[in-house]
Amino acid sequence: MCGAKEGGLSLDGVNVAKEAVIQGQVLRGDEPVGNAYVRLLDRSGEFTAEVPTSASGHFRFFAGEGDWTLRTLAPKADPVDRQVRAAIGSVAEVTVSI
Amino acid sequence: MTRENSLVSTQWVEDNLDADGVVFIEVDEDTTAYDKGHIKGAIKLDWTTDLQDQVRRDFVSKDQFSALLSERGVANDDTVVLYGGNNNWFAAYAYWYFKLYGHQDVKLMDGGRKKWELDSRELVSEIPTRPATSYSASEQDTSIRAFRDDAVAAIGVQNLIDVRSPDEYAGRLLAPAHLPQEQSQRAGHVPTSLNVPWSKNCNDDGTFKSDADLKALYAEVGIDESKDTIALCRIGERSSLTWFVLKELLGHANVKNYDGSWTEYGSLVGVPIALGDEPGDA
Repeated sequence: MCGAKEGGLSLDGVNVAKEAVIQGQVLRGDEPVGNAYVRLLDRSGEFTAEVPTSASGHFRFFAGEGDWTLRTLAPKADPVDRQVRAAIGSVAEVTVSI
Repeated sequence: MTRENSLVSTQWVEDNLDADGVVFIEVDEDTTAYDKGHIKGAIKLDWTTDLQDQVRRDFVSKDQFSALLSERGVANDDTVVLYGGNNNWFAAYAYWYFKLYGHQDVKLMDGGRKKWELDSRELVSEIPTRPATSYSASEQDTSIRAFRDDAVAAIGVQNLIDVRSPDEYAGRLLAPAHLPQEQSQRAGHVPTSLNVPWSKNCNDDGTFKSDADLKALYAEVGIDESKDTIALCRIGERSSLTWFVLKELLGHANVKNYDGSWTEYGSLVGVPIALGDEPGDA
């Protein structure tokens, strides 16, 4: 998660043309949440992957084409679900507020 | 085995942080997670360097495992409590590994590192020093380890549980998207194996589902409890978690983990392979 910059994660080294990237940041108010967990669920709700957020609250998945759900778990917060559509060659940026 | 003697809660861990004869060990897929903060007093095992032979594709030997635990200050009669990220994925692998080398008292912290963090419990940066011990590992207990010939012989005869994601099972993917290495030569699954993704064993917070839910999960896919079972995945780690569920939580009699898993099987010459979402025929 090095290279994170304000406004989104750096895409240095990522071949965006070949990937369906879903990435973003978890925030509590204006503060990044560095100890959250973001789960990627497929269109049937099945678990696909999970990542802990970085110190700056950022996360990233290399998904496939289609509709996904991001489920965010964080201390002292209820789980938050966000729907997102991913496509090869694009970056879906998602801000999750808890 | 039952839930009571193979799992402890995060609260139990917090209450026993300073208990004598209890060693907490973090084993994570992300081997740097420990360095960012860990449970007070916990030591770390690195699955890539500590638990794998650095030349051959195999585990460290009995003597190497003995030397490792001696140097880290783990004694044969210690209660070892393992925890890690991603639903205890690699902690379950280490649990199976400790059992393979005959450690008697091993437990998983239910929910792992994620549950600990979601509970807002303390993580520290201090690395503990433990006095060296004279650990003596037993010979491998191969009643819980399956090899490639066991997997081939099990086709149409035993329960084969493939715990990879549906796309890996069907042959549409060779590996999880974030782990591109260690691929097999061919995609697909062992004919007659049933697909029960490992993540179905756990709740969102990383804790294991209830015994009743787990029983229903395996009954639904048609596991035959009168038969022996082999669990497999890609490199044998996710299947350790399913081995833990079937053997330690549900108490099935003969359950083995096939650590060679699909990277070995899918590279063998001449073995049968099924493609698609259905188990296929023997």
